[in-house]
Amino acid sequence: MLQPTFRGGDGGFPATRSSVLEGVRSGDTAERRRALETVCQEYWKPVYKYVRWRWSRGAEDAQDITQGFFAEMLERELLNRFDAGKGRLRTYLRLCVDSFLLNEDKAARRQKRGGAVQHLALDFAAAEDELAGGCIDAAAIASPDSLDQFFEKEWVRSLFTLAVEDLRTLCIAQGRERTFQLFEAYDLDGDENISYEQLGQQYGVAVTAVTNGLAWARREFRKMALERLQRICGSDEEFQRETKAVFGGDAQ
Amino acid sequence: MRQLSDKALTRLRNGAELPDLSGTRYRLLERVARGGMSVVYAAQDRDLQRRVALKVLETPSSQGELADRLMREARVLARLEHPGIVPVHDVGRLPDGRVFYTMKFVEGQRLDQYIGSLTPTSDRLRLFQRICDAVAFAHARGVLHRDLKPANVMVGSFGEVLVMDWGLAKILSGDVETETGTDPASPQGPGNGRSGTTGSVVTGHGRVMGTPGYMSPEQARGEVESLDARSDIFSLGELLRSLLSEKPSDRSLDAICAKASAQEREGRYATVQELLSDVSRYLDGLAVEARRENIFEKVGRFYRRYRFFILLTAGYLVMRVLLLVLIKP
Repeated sequence: MLQPTFRGGDGGFPATRSSVLEGVRSGDTAERRRALETVCQEYWKPVYKYVRWRWSRGAEDAQDITQGFFAEMLERELLNRFDAGKGRLRTYLRLCVDSFLLNEDKAARRQKRGGAVQHLALDFAAAEDELAGGCIDAAAIASPDSLDQFFEKEWVRSLFTLAVEDLRTLCIAQGRERTFQLFEAYDLDGDENISYEQLGQQYGVAVTAVTNGLAWARREFRKMALERLQRICGSDEEFQRETKAVFGGDAQ
Repeated sequence: MRQLSDKALTRLRNGAELPDLSGTRYRLLERVARGGMSVVYAAQDRDLQRRVALKVLETPSSQGELADRLMREARVLARLEHPGIVPVHDVGRLPDGRVFYTMKFVEGQRLDQYIGSLTPTSDRLRLFQRICDAVAFAHARGVLHRDLKPANVMVGSFGEVLVMDWGLAKILSGDVETETGTDPASPQGPGNGRSGTTGSVVTGHGRVMGTPGYMSPEQARGEVESLDARSDIFSLGELLRSLLSEKPSDRSLDAICAKASAQEREGRYATVQELLSDVSRYLDGLAVEARRENIFEKVGRFYRRYRFFILLTAGYLVMRVLLLVLIKP
């Protein structure tokens, strides 16, 4: 029984740089599993939040649905039907979620949850904290037209969160914990009034060290976010398109 | 795992997007334009203490193809030293591996924004001549622009005219054809919107590249290999048409536009110089090659060109006749 666990960690990712879509269609079971784990890790949070907000489901119900959706994605090989030339993966997944919700029977879902289907260990508490912590402006997603934007934004949030964790891991591995602290303080906590000089004083480093450290961290963060993005894109054209959406003017 | 607020998302996005210029002599100022795959920033050259435009790929290209194209674009500009073509200053790689090049920062307006301030037709035609000068120079150097349109021409603060965005340029050098083919960013300068509004289309190999409404039929058909100077001449014809669109119809100018942008390339001017000559003839009051005049039109043009002398002569003759009649011996 497949039981992927990805509670915020980075374990088990494919060593190759082939796209996840190639992976899900692979004849190799282990590679297929890894590819699906990658998709689950990138998308479970936006799916969960989407179910909570778009379908107005309670936390427990949304957890069931999210679990059930990804279990069904594994079983029915939904990703095999995706055509990168016709649209974005996240749009396709969102529509699959809608379809899943329209068709899925609650009783059947409960039965499945307790049955032989894979159970995914997901950090729903963290997702709820994000929802409760004011990260989402409910008024801004009131209209159907903004649902796509909401899903995209949450997907970007999920992608960046994972990339930040990748950066943290790298900094620890390279003995650059102070650099990560600077990055956290300036770019994540986002105090617009703090200057590099003040930051330097706060952490006992020279201004040049702050400048260089932040530049390095942003560069590595971008690289890691792009690596994660590239894994879930089906082609170079899609990757270029999605990069622009994530980092460029199309992103909301 | 750390939660990211909306503000943090924005800061991460902006911070990660901005090019890291550490190790270069440039200091980033602001983003001024964006293309399909590249972005143009205003930057300060610390060594020469001047403002430059810095064009950089938006994303790293996994196969290096886009990087090669941007490098070729810089090389195209480097071989086109002409007052009407934006000069390139420098080329290099950022610490994250992205290729960039710097060029003159043009303060001014895009032609489509500037043209409303030019009232006389003759002013518009003279401006057009300067565009043609630059394109003719490029052709003489074996370079096709392939994306000529008002949005890719800048008019500077002192009236200088510069042809921009050579992102789709093609170098014809003997048997070797080299394309740049990066998505063009819209021109620089204040008041310019995002490049998505300029409408240039670049797709994959074998491909349609250019802007609908300005690209030649053969270019629209994707006949990339057989394009020549007449494809740019088609675009110049459409550009001229757009410059004259608010003006009353003039048969000679209409004929020039029609010939330049004929559907079949054999029907167009063979070179930009021919197009330029016809525009110059029009400005000088002479018959244009693009159109055969009837006798009445020839007489009318002759009259308009030599009106002063004709009226002077006529006045003199009338005076002589009057004197003969009134002062009889």
